[in-house]
Amino acid sequence: MFATGIAEEDRKGSYVDRSISRPCNFEISQQSPVTHTQYPYVTGTSVLGIKYKDGVLLAADMAGSYGSTVRYKSIHRLKAVGSHAVLGASGEISDFQQVTQYLDELVLNDYMWEDGNKLGPQEIHSYLNRLMYNKRNKFDPFWNSLVLGGVENGQKYLGVVNMIGVHYKDNHVATGFGNHLARPMFRNEWREDLTLEEGVKLLEKCLLVLFYRDRSSINKFQIAKITEEGVVISEPFALKPNWDFKAFHNPTLGADGSW
Amino acid sequence: MAMAMGCLLPPEPSQAAYREHQSTWSPYENNGGTCVAIAGLDYCVIAADTRMSVGFSILTREHSKIFQLSEKCILASSGFQADIRTLQKHLDARHKIYQHEHNKQMSCPAMAQLLSNTLYYKRFFPYYAFNVVGGLDNEGKGCVYTYDAVGSYERVGYSSQGSGMQLIMPVLDNQLKSASPLLLPAKESATSLTESEAIDLIKDTFASAAERDIYTGDSMELLVVNASGIRREYMELKKD
Repeated sequence: MFATGIAEEDRKGSYVDRSISRPCNFEISQQSPVTHTQYPYVTGTSVLGIKYKDGVLLAADMAGSYGSTVRYKSIHRLKAVGSHAVLGASGEISDFQQVTQYLDELVLNDYMWEDGNKLGPQEIHSYLNRLMYNKRNKFDPFWNSLVLGGVENGQKYLGVVNMIGVHYKDNHVATGFGNHLARPMFRNEWREDLTLEEGVKLLEKCLLVLFYRDRSSINKFQIAKITEEGVVISEPFALKPNWDFKAFHNPTLGADGSW
Repeated sequence: MAMAMGCLLPPEPSQAAYREHQSTWSPYENNGGTCVAIAGLDYCVIAADTRMSVGFSILTREHSKIFQLSEKCILASSGFQADIRTLQKHLDARHKIYQHEHNKQMSCPAMAQLLSNTLYYKRFFPYYAFNVVGGLDNEGKGCVYTYDAVGSYERVGYSSQGSGMQLIMPVLDNQLKSASPLLLPAKESATSLTESEAIDLIKDTFASAAERDIYTGDSMELLVVNASGIRREYMELKKD
């Protein structure tokens, strides 16, 4: 089952099979340190994604948080994969950048066949699903929730996969805080025939709500557009927040017992 | 904190993100869902809801838990979605190999045994999947197999698995009253209900389960397997 590094002699006459009682190879070697990820270091917050009339839109801010410190402010969390797909990531940034490298290798290798075939978003999503599940099987996960948006011969694709390999598709998706704050807004306002302008407006509204309530989000965002024509990832931009909402002025008003 | 600016050290224990993950992580997650199957004399009905959730969050309202293993064999599973998908892909691959080797499709009882073996193969790092297999056996009779996560299984006349099984199973026991498995010689386990009666019963049980079980809802997918093939139906459930 799992390698334990325990000498065969040690095991003889032992009633308990140690390979079962100790599922991880934590203590196997004196030389090498344990290299299993147990928690994330630098993390990105929510990613949002919606389908619209002509394709798919993804949105994320550019923060990389180190615990509660906003350590990096220009992290690109939306990354083009091939010509017609974009991957967005929340969670551990280094793991995401590793995944990104795997995908670039995959796409390059595919291109080198020169047969005109290329991976569609469905196939890229399947690859990511197996990759994430395989890492969790090794008890060394990639600490991310990944959103994949793409278009392939007129078909829009929007899928999610998390750090233990759970995956699904939907017309609108959001990771982390976004699942609590943005998705209810998507459910109210999303339509199959949203125009680009309406789609971007909806995403910006959700990004702003997340900026108000998710303390690790920052006012510096990117939106990616995937259509039949290809991928466009916007330049970083800021939104105009409105702090004049009555509830922001005295948030404890009406909350008895608070100061 | 100061010395952590240049080199990468783990965040201070006082920082929230670190403490949150002190408890580290779990390789499992329960994505909920309920499956039901009823065997008739010449048909089988298999149903599952389409909600996928984790904790108090709904991930998606339209995720199918039903997988067609062959022309006469259907698998419905609830539990951990990533394990379920892996299990489905594994069985599908094994079935492709079987077809190449034998030039025919695997029978439902054989597929049921294969699923049991597949689950037990991972006895010490199990697939967190709760399965019901339904279909037609070699005589064309309806058959239902019910499992636990590590592969114990039994052929029955009807069954339910998943988050709503505690609510649904007693209703099926009450309404279907199949012969006691203690009787010798063994009595027929398939129900004498007609196909449409069985479908109506399943629809009622899902409507009820969706009322009380937060992991069951959104919509129900139902497959009927009989001599003329496979038919698919959908029913809306509560979305709250």
